[in-house]
This record gives sequence, structure tokens and C-alpha cells, in this order.
Amino acid sequence: MAQITLDKLAHSYLPHPKTDADFALKEIDHVWDDGGAYALLGPSGCGKTTLLNIISGLLVPSKGKILFDERDITAFQPEQRNIAQVFQFPVIYDTMTVRQNLEFPLRNRNVPSDEISKRVNEMIDILDLGGKANRKARGLTADEKQKISLGRGLVRYDVNAILFDEPLTVIDPHMKWQLRTKLKDLHRQLGHTMIYVTHDQTEALTFADKVVVMYEGEVVQIGTPEELFDEPEHTFVGYFIGSPGMNIIPTEVKGSTANLGGHSVELKGAYAHLDGKTELGIRPEFISMKSSGSGLPAKVTSVEDIGRFKIVRTSIENHNLNVVLNEGESVPADPLLSFDPARINIYQDDHLVRPQSKAKGA
Amino acid sequence: MLEIQNVSKKVGNTFHIKNVSLRLEKGSLNVLLGPTLSGKTSLMRLMAGLDRPTDGDILMNGESVLKTPVQKRNVAMVYQQFINYPAFTVYENIASPLRVARVDEQSIDKKVREAADLMKLTPYLDRTVLNLSGGQQQRTALARALVKGAELVLLDEPLANLDYKLREELRIELPRIFAETGAIFVYATTEPQEALLLGGDTATLHEGQVSQFGSTIDVHNTPANLVTAQTFSDPPMNVISMRKQGSEFVFSQGAAPCPQDVTGLADGMYSIGVRPHHVMLKKPAGKSLKVEATVTTTEIAGSETFVHINEDDLKMVVLTHGVHRVGIGDKIPVYLDPTKFFIFDGQEALVSAPTVGVA
Amino acid sequence: MEKTYNNKAWLLVIPVVVLVALSAIIPIMTVVNYSFQDTFGKNVFFWAGTEWFIDVLRSERFHDALGRNLLFSFIILCIEIPLGIAIALSMPKRGIWVPICLVLMALPLLIPWNVVGTIWQIFGRGDIGLLGYAMSAIGIEYNYTSNVFDAWATIIIMDVWHWTSLVVLLCYAGLVSIPEAYYQAARIDGASKWSVFRYIQLPKMRGVLIIAFLLRFMDSFMIYTEPFVLTGGGPGNSTTFLSIDLVKQAIGQFDLGPAAAMSLIYQLIVLLICYVFFTVMSNVGTDKPEEVEK
Repeated sequence: MAQITLDKLAHSYLPHPKTDADFALKEIDHVWDDGGAYALLGPSGCGKTTLLNIISGLLVPSKGKILFDERDITAFQPEQRNIAQVFQFPVIYDTMTVRQNLEFPLRNRNVPSDEISKRVNEMIDILDLGGKANRKARGLTADEKQKISLGRGLVRYDVNAILFDEPLTVIDPHMKWQLRTKLKDLHRQLGHTMIYVTHDQTEALTFADKVVVMYEGEVVQIGTPEELFDEPEHTFVGYFIGSPGMNIIPTEVKGSTANLGGHSVELKGAYAHLDGKTELGIRPEFISMKSSGSGLPAKVTSVEDIGRFKIVRTSIENHNLNVVLNEGESVPADPLLSFDPARINIYQDDHLVRPQSKAKGA
Repeated sequence: MLEIQNVSKKVGNTFHIKNVSLRLEKGSLNVLLGPTLSGKTSLMRLMAGLDRPTDGDILMNGESVLKTPVQKRNVAMVYQQFINYPAFTVYENIASPLRVARVDEQSIDKKVREAADLMKLTPYLDRTVLNLSGGQQQRTALARALVKGAELVLLDEPLANLDYKLREELRIELPRIFAETGAIFVYATTEPQEALLLGGDTATLHEGQVSQFGSTIDVHNTPANLVTAQTFSDPPMNVISMRKQGSEFVFSQGAAPCPQDVTGLADGMYSIGVRPHHVMLKKPAGKSLKVEATVTTTEIAGSETFVHINEDDLKMVVLTHGVHRVGIGDKIPVYLDPTKFFIFDGQEALVSAPTVGVA
Repeated sequence: MEKTYNNKAWLLVIPVVVLVALSAIIPIMTVVNYSFQDTFGKNVFFWAGTEWFIDVLRSERFHDALGRNLLFSFIILCIEIPLGIAIALSMPKRGIWVPICLVLMALPLLIPWNVVGTIWQIFGRGDIGLLGYAMSAIGIEYNYTSNVFDAWATIIIMDVWHWTSLVVLLCYAGLVSIPEAYYQAARIDGASKWSVFRYIQLPKMRGVLIIAFLLRFMDSFMIYTEPFVLTGGGPGNSTTFLSIDLVKQAIGQFDLGPAAAMSLIYQLIVLLICYVFFTVMSNVGTDKPEEVEK
């Protein structure tokens, strides 16, 4: 187990990078606590795999340092860093049985035989591979193979961190669910530092204590799943997290009200004067629909019923707004939308702005 | 209209497809839902004409197409792995089926540009496919399928290799775009959420057989049997074995009063299915069944929390709104609402499903 | 993938059918015909039944030649397969040297077989050949026309030089298709180079190795041109392989009957060994169906 420190780390795949755009990973300064479960979340090409490869040692960064517990290991090879990695597709030794696969890393490190048996038996138990321990690894299902891949990392005593590179990619949705829960359980039981790279927000939010959201090589926000959900610091985070993502609409803010297409919306506090691009962000879950009373008139474009909730796609003045209704709620023909003021976020040039004072009577 | 009559496909000693019959109307959106290896791809290949069934017949507009080679059929297919001609530009890729059909150059140009516009590829027409991102490559494959104007469009998990946000966007666009062409649209997926978001009709597949075919939301709300219910649940449905005795359901943790309409059922063992979001952490207003169990894991996903509980041989997942912090190892009560029970009999057939009320 | 029934395909196949019929099927049928008959020339044939087959199978000459073939193929496989794997492992997978190495490997395969024989024939001569001259300069006695061991050694080295590249190219193709993640995982597991070879590379090369084995076995067992050009079957009988013996009988001695019978037996032996080998190799290492542990 180790604390991982990233010191002014940056990486470019080009030999002579000149501008910011040449860097696949822009400068990052961060400390990952020992034993934490972290997720690196972002769309394809955002730099998360680059960062993971730098942590594992498969890639040497062009700038900056990386430290494990105060030791500078920037130049160390993967085998010297004592990390374990689980890849997108299961990597197992075909000719060996499950048991032999799990014994392999320990044998290579000359651990005594009885230690090996004890440890491997423990691992087989934890991973629920009991009945299949002596079968050839090749014949198992995808999720079982991924467990073996993971097991090979967990059997070792000297693991500083376990890195996951989109490990659920080849797994069926049904098993994805179980494997995800299993990973969370393992983290609780064994306490290793775990870093999980994914583009799927559900995986990231359910697994991690803290999520690092990345976009175009930059770290956009680091926070707990609740922080990212309630107060995204950047419109990209708002859009990326949540299915459907946060609604972002251009607006004008004066004091404690926002102007949307001629209608006033109450905000949770009074804001200072805002220049530049001002936008209002509200999650579909916090918009309610009424058929009469006060609210913004909207036009319903389509309704998607997915059982436990409905997604109603509406538009106000050519801006699309998604609304989430619970099971059983009906969609009014000419709906009036109202936003929960406590859940509205205001963004200036894509960055979150907090109100200067609470609204009267709030 | 595409009709599949009692089609079976046997390979060696196993049935990849067993006795499947379906009727797909013109202009309809049909989803094939099932886990991997359930037969979705095999069925699509039979529909396209890439494989011949060992039994049964396939009719297009009333005429059997079994003897027609796939090149002659009016079919377009899009795969999971963004299949495009690697050396061609986007323009040439989209134009390829029209060139094979010997359409004149002017019409080709017009159609290609229309399809590219719909798929938002117009700025990339001159690029080679390999220089595009995954999403753009898949859009090219989709545009190529569109431009063909085929009567039958088959999409085999086309969004599975894309980022989940990109998937969301394309999922909204696709049905709209293909609906305008009036083709029969068949979409294979492993994700129940995707089926629900697409709408249309769904056929649930399990081990080569179609367990149910109907409008998507109906199949979801009224699954014909336990297998269909499980296929169509994400997160998985909680299933508890209970014995019906008179007007109560009895099981290891207690007893629940029967909902009104099932009191007439025969006594015996039943499988009760409860969706995770119908299990509550707070006691609800009406009648409910209380179960005490130990919490094994919690997962927080933004605005929802999943709580996994265990008690002897009972394993359940609870899904609640909001963020709930529950201690691992704590024994907590959860409440099950009998009006939300899915009741399956000894043969796993549906006996009663909760009515989805509209307030 | 099953194709739908299409009669046009037959038309396209006719030219090939005609060609194969003329160059293969009809001659083979003629050979079968000869093998059951005896002739004293002048196109007069007598039915001989299985007499030739029994004669051939009993003849010491046949046994000797067969023995030589088996020994030769065995030695060849023992050298070429491991050597091919070793060379493939050391070839670069990326960069400018890849095409250069591939071309170098392909060169020996492109030379016509009798030219290969001629190259080595001249190479090994004591007066004008580089090898022959060098050997006598060092003081080693080397004469492939009179010394049996030298003749065998030369043929073997010639074959290794000629054909190892095939094994190399096949193994290289197999190696290149292994995803990088396997090597990365092995590094993280702390595996030694030998472990990487044994548990990752070798299993993943199984498919191509089977092909390499089969091809090299068949070709070496049927070898004709190169040893014929090099030694003509000598000194004495020492390098008279089955193929050379066959030609001697058929064309040299004009014993069509026994020759025909021998060629059929030869073909059957090759088919049998290949079939057995292929079946064994395909099934070794595959799981027996569903052995579930309780």
C-alpha cells in the first residue's frame, strides 16, 4: 500500500512539444491517499489511459515526477514498482489451471510453497472461484477470467496499488453488475489503493470514493460522487455525469433571479455581476412538471419510458431540456416547468460561480 | 414485412436458434434483447441471408427468400466493430453500395451528401476512415447502411464499442433517422436500458429461443416468464421463493398478505420477483412486508444508492433515490410492497404482474 | 458461413477441373493401373494383382530408402523447428528493420530448388567451392561425393538453409499477433523470459507451429530435387531417398509396375503420418468437455 504523489506531471507523445495542445496529459499535481478507491473518468482520448500507464510504469512521463510514499519512482520499471494491473480484456495464461495462474506471481518471487498454497486458497475463496480451481483457465467465462487477472495482483504481498484499465469492457451487463460490486467488496476487505479508469460514469461513481474527471488531457474536477453530482465545477462535468446529463441553458443573471427566454427563475442566492458566457445548469431530476400554475411553458418533443423513470425531452425557446419523471407520474400535454432553486448552478465561461449571499427567505 | 416461421439453426449438436417465429412490420423498430451467446447475432445473420436455417422459412413481403443470395437481398447491416473500407475516404465508403448498384454519379453525390448530413459527417467527407474517431467511424458505417435504402436494416450492438455519452447521443438520433426511411429496423443489444430507451417492440432471447415478443414497455412491465423478467432487468430483479397459504405468502423471513387479484391462486411454491426500486428503506403508507437483513455493500451512483443486503439464503438489492449512508454489517429493515410483486408459478410462468398506475 | 446455392459457381470451376484432371487425376489413375499390371514392353499388359505391392513392401531396397527418409525428416524437424522459433523470437516487431528482416528471410525460399542444389554442389567442391576449399585449408577432410557422413551433413545443412525461413515467417506471424497486454501482465507478474516463452508465446504460436510442422514434414519426406542435384543419390546408396529410388526404378530401369506400386505406397505413408500427426496436435492441450470439480 502506498501514497501516490504526482508532482507537476505532464506527458506528450511528440518528441518536441511546443504548445499546450501537443500534450496528451497537461500538468497535474495531486496526492492520492493510501488505500483509497479512485476512478479516472472521462471520454475517449481524454488522457486517462496515459495517466494510468504513467502510474504503472509502462510509460515514462516527459515532464514531472511520480512518487510512491516519498520515493521517486519516475524511472522505475513496472516490475520494480509493485503494482498490479487489470486490462480491458482478460489476460491469463492459457495453458495453466486457475490455481497455477494465481500461484505464478508468487513462484516468480520465490515465495515458499506452503505460503503459496495458503495465500492462493484464500484468494480462490475471496473470488468465489472455489469449484473451478483446477480447471484450465482457458475454459472459463469472461468475468471469471477477469477475476483471475485481478487475483494475480491481489495474491502478492507487496502490492502498492492496483490499476484497472476499463476492466468491464468485455463483460455482459448482468455480470458487470456483480463484478462491480465484488470489486467494491474487495476494496473494503483488503484495503489496497485502487485506481480505476473508465468512461462509464456509473462504474466510476459506484466504485470510487473520489472521482477524477478528465477532459482533453486536463483534470477538470476531483471530488466525491455526491460533490460531482450536486455541484459540478465545470459544465463538462455536469454534462458528463448523470444519465441524462445536466441541462445547460444560456441565461442572464441579475441578483437572485435568472432570465430564461423572458421568464424569471429564482436562484438560491444573490450573485455578483457576471460577464462573459453565463449559463444555468439544472439536473433533469430536479425539474418538476405541472399542467397549471406558474412555471416556464415548454413543448414536449418525446417521451422515453424506461420503467423506473421516464425521460421527457422538451424544448424552451429552441433550447433542449430533459426532465426525469418518476414511475407512475404522467406527462401533462402543455407542461409548465419549475426548477428547484436549491439545485440550480450558475456557470460563467463554463466554470461554477457561487452566490455571494443566500436569497431572502431561503 | 419480414416473417420468420419456425426457424431453427443447428450447428453440430447444438441449436443456435430453436423454433423462432416473428413478424416484423414495415417501418417498425425491433429490439433483440439477450445476453451474449443467446442467439442475437445468429438470428440476424439468418434474417440477412448470411446463413441458411436448418429448418423453417423466412419470407419477405410474402415470398420466401431462402434461395436468394445475400447480395440480391435488400439488406443493410452494421456491426459492433465499425466495419468500413479502410483505404477509402468517408465519401467513397458511403457511396460504395450505390456504386455496386450502378447508380449514376449525380444521384450518388446527392444521396451521399444527404446521408452524411444526417450523420453529421459533412466536414469529414474527404478523410480516410482510419483518421477518424470511433464514433465517426461508426457513423460512417451507419451512413453507408442508410444510403442503401434497404428494406431491412440490421444493427448488431452498434454502439457497444463507443463511449457511453456518445452512445446516449446516437441512441436518440438513430431511431429517428431510420424511421424516416420506412425500413424494418432490427437492433440487437445486451442492455435492457437501451431497449427501453429505443422503444418500439422487443424480442427477448434466451439460449436461442424467443421468450417474448411485444411492445418494449409491455414486455418490461408484463414479462411472460421468469427468464424474460431477468433478461429485462438491470439491476437484476430480486427473486424470493415463497409459499402461498390461503391469503398469505409465507417465506423464511415472515409473511405477506396477498394482493387482491391473486387470492384465488392455488396454494404452493411461487417465485416472487421484486424490482430493486420497489424495495424501500422507509416504511411506506400501505401494507408492506418487513424484512430485516444485514447490509453487505453500498454503492452510490450520483443521485441513487444501491444497498445490498443478505440474510441466510436471501440476497437482495435495494435501489433508493438520494444518497443514503448505511453502515456495512448493520441490520436494517426493508419494506416490500406486495402490490409490486411479480408472481411466477412453479413453471416460471407469470401469474400476476403489478399494474403500472398512472396517477 | 454457408453460401446460398448458386449454379453459376460451377462454370467458374470448370477450367480448374480440366487442368487438375489432365495434370493430376489422369496420371494418377494411370499409375494405379500400372501398379496392378505387368508388362514386357510393346504395350502388352498382364494382370499381376497385388504382386508388385507385396514385392515392394518386402524388398530390402524399399526398407532402406524408407529408413533414410524417416531419419532425414526427423533430423530436419529437430533442427528447423527450434531454430525457426528462435530466429522468429529475435526478429524485431516494430521499426525500420522489420521489412528488411522479412525480405532477408524470404530470399532463400524464392530460389528454384534445382538451383539450390547446384549452389551447394559448387559450394562444397574442394577445387572451386568456398566451403570445400575452406575446409581443406583448415585441414578437415571433406568430400560429399565419397564420404557418406559428409554427404548427409551437406544435404541437411542445405535443407536447413533453404527452408528454415518458412518456419521463421510462420512463427513470426504468430508472435506478432500477441497483444501487448500479455507481455505487460507478465512483466508485472515478474515472469522470467523463459516463462514468457513457455506460457505466453509458445501456446499462442500453436496454430502456426502445427502448420509449420506439417509442411516441413511433408516436404522433407518427399524431397527430390536438391539431393538429386547435389549427390545424385550417392555415394553408393547412402543418400538415395524414396523419391530418387522411385525415379530410378521407373525411368532408369523402366520397371513400371513396381515403381507404380511403390509410388502409391509412398503416397499412402505420407497421408497416414500427416493425418495422425494433425489429429494428435489439434487435440493435445484442449479441454476434455466439462470436468466440473465438486
